Amino acid sequence: MIEAEGLVKTFGKTRALQGVDLAVPRGTVLGVLGPNGAGKTTAVRILSTLLTPDGGTARISGFDVVRDAERVRQSIGLTGQYASVDEDLTGRQNLELFGTLLELGRTGSRRRAAELLEWFDLTTAADRQAKTYSGGMRRRLDLAASLVGSPGVIFLDEPTTGLDPAKREDMWDVVRSLVTNGSTVLLTTQYLEEADALADAITVIDHGRVIAYDTPEGLKRVVGGQTLEVRPADPAQLPRTAGILTGVGSGAQADEIRKGVLAVPVAGDAALTESVARFAAAGIAVTELSLHLPSLDEVFFTLTGRTAADDDTTNRTEVAA
Amino acid sequence: MSTLVEAPPATNSPLSTVTARPRPFRLVRHSLALAKRSLIKTWRTPEALIDVTLQPVLFLVIFVYIFGGAVAGSTHDYLQFLLPGILAQTIATGAIAIGVNLNTDIAKGIFDRFRSLPVPRSAPLVGAVLGDFVRYVIVTISTLASGYVLGFRIDSDPLRAIAGCLLAVLFALCLSWLPVLVAMKVRTPGAVQGLMFALIMPLSFASNVFVSADTLPGWMQTFVDVNPMTHLVAAVRGLFLGTPVGSHVWWTLAWCAGFVAVFMPLALRAYRKKI
Repeated sequence: MIEAEGLVKTFGKTRALQGVDLAVPRGTVLGVLGPNGAGKTTAVRILSTLLTPDGGTARISGFDVVRDAERVRQSIGLTGQYASVDEDLTGRQNLELFGTLLELGRTGSRRRAAELLEWFDLTTAADRQAKTYSGGMRRRLDLAASLVGSPGVIFLDEPTTGLDPAKREDMWDVVRSLVTNGSTVLLTTQYLEEADALADAITVIDHGRVIAYDTPEGLKRVVGGQTLEVRPADPAQLPRTAGILTGVGSGAQADEIRKGVLAVPVAGDAALTESVARFAAAGIAVTELSLHLPSLDEVFFTLTGRTAADDDTTNRTEVAA
Repeated sequence: MSTLVEAPPATNSPLSTVTARPRPFRLVRHSLALAKRSLIKTWRTPEALIDVTLQPVLFLVIFVYIFGGAVAGSTHDYLQFLLPGILAQTIATGAIAIGVNLNTDIAKGIFDRFRSLPVPRSAPLVGAVLGDFVRYVIVTISTLASGYVLGFRIDSDPLRAIAGCLLAVLFALCLSWLPVLVAMKVRTPGAVQGLMFALIMPLSFASNVFVSADTLPGWMQTFVDVNPMTHLVAAVRGLFLGTPVGSHVWWTLAWCAGFVAVFMPLALRAYRKKI
C-alpha cells in the first residue's frame, strides 16, 4: 500500500509539489488525474525513490521512501514516460537483464522473461530489438519489465498516453488483471475516462496541490457524468431527435452543442442502447452516436473555475528533473 | 490479447515482493550483468566501432608514409617506433565514446529503471566501464593487425607483447572514468566529445607518441615527462620492441590507480546528484 503526507518538492523557482497527500490501500487502484506539469510525475518519482522530497513523508508497504529506499525498491514496479527499457536490446534480453538484477538467478530470469513475454503477447517479437516494436508493443514491454520481480506495488505513469483507443483498452485489461492478482496500483493519467475505468479512487492534482479526492462516482457527481452526443443524418430531424434524446437523458433538455450535433446528460451506459432502439423505432438515421465523460479541461473548469491550460514552464522543469 | 486477461502475472503469491536470495558480491554481479548489456549494444551497433577499428589503421598509414622518411629516415623504422604510440593514442580516444554513450543513455530513461531496482547505485556506471573492455581489445587487435600488414614486427617475446597490450587496455579502462565524469557534468553528447578531445589531444601530441621526447624544447619536456601517455607509450614500446622499459610500467600503473582514485568517486557522486 502507498501512503504519502504533505509531499513538497521544489525545482529552482518551480514548486512542483506543494503538500500532496496520497493514500492507496492494498489491492486498490488510485488514479492521479492532472494536466501536464501538475506534479504527477514528480510525485511518482518521489514514491519510487528516484527523487528525494524537500518536505513530507511517504511509505510504501510501511517502508519509508527515503530511509528504507532499498526495501522500497524491492517491492515496487515502475512504468512510465521515463523508466523505460533498452532499445538496443531485444525484449527477452531486457527482461532477463532485469531478472538478473532482481536476483532471480539465471534459470529464474529466463523462466520469468518467457512467462511475461507470453502473457504480454510478445513471444513472437521476443528476439527483436525493442526499437523495432510498435507503440503498443513497446508499452507492453515497459510494463512487463516493471513486473519481473512480481512487485506488490506498481506505479504506472501515463501508461496509455499516445496509444490509440483499441490499444488503450488492451492496456486497461492488463491493469485490471494486475489488480485481480492483488497488486496495489498508482496510475497517473490525463484522461478522466481512464481513471474512471480503472481506479477505485481518484485524486485530482493541479499546480502541485490536491484539488479533489473522491471515488469515480463521487467525482462524476461533481463534474457531471456522461453525455450522449448524436448527429442525425438529416438536419431537418434535429427537433425530433432532440425530443427522443431528452426522453432517454437524465432530465435535462437536449442541446445543440455544435452545428448538427445534439447532446444530453445521461445516467449510464444503458442510455446508449435505449436511444438506438428509439431512433430505429422513429425511423431517424444517425451518422454519429457517442457517449462521453467530461474531458480533463471540463473537469478542471468545474473544479477550479479555470481551464487546465498546460503550464509549459512547469512541465519542462519536471521533465528536466 | 485475450490471453492477457486470463493468465496470472506472478509465479508466486502475487503480493510477494522479489524473492531475493541474499548473495554476496552484489556490486560485482550486477556490474557484470550491466557490462553484458553494454556488450550486446556494442555487438548490435557495429558502426559504433569505427573509432576503434578504422582510426588506428588510418593514423598508421598517414603518419608512417608521410612522416616516416623525414622523422626516422625510413618508413619501416618509423613504423616500429610509431605503432605503440598509435595504440596508446587510439585507445585513449576510444575511451571518449563511453562518455558520449552514457550522456545519451541517461536522457533516455533506462537509468531511471535501474535506479528504481534494488541495484547498487554505482553498478550501471561500473558495468558500462567494464563493458567497454571489448572495444579496447578491438583497438589493440586492429592496430597490431594493420601494423603487421604494413611490416611491423614484435621484437620481444609473446609474453611481453601480451603484457604491453594488457597495459594499454587497463590504461583505457581506468582513464574512461574521466569521460564518465564529464558525461555527468555536461548537457549534450557533443559537449562530451568536444571537451574530451580537447583534453586528450594535447596529451597524445605533447608526448613521445610521434617523436622522441629529446627533440622537444626543454619546457615542453617537463610536461612530456609527467604526461601519463608518455609513460604508457614508453612502456608498451619497450615491451613490444624488447628494449628496456625502465620505471615506465610502474608509472603507468600509478597513473591508472590515480585515474580510478580521483575520477571514479567524482563520477559516482556526479551521477547520484544528476538524477
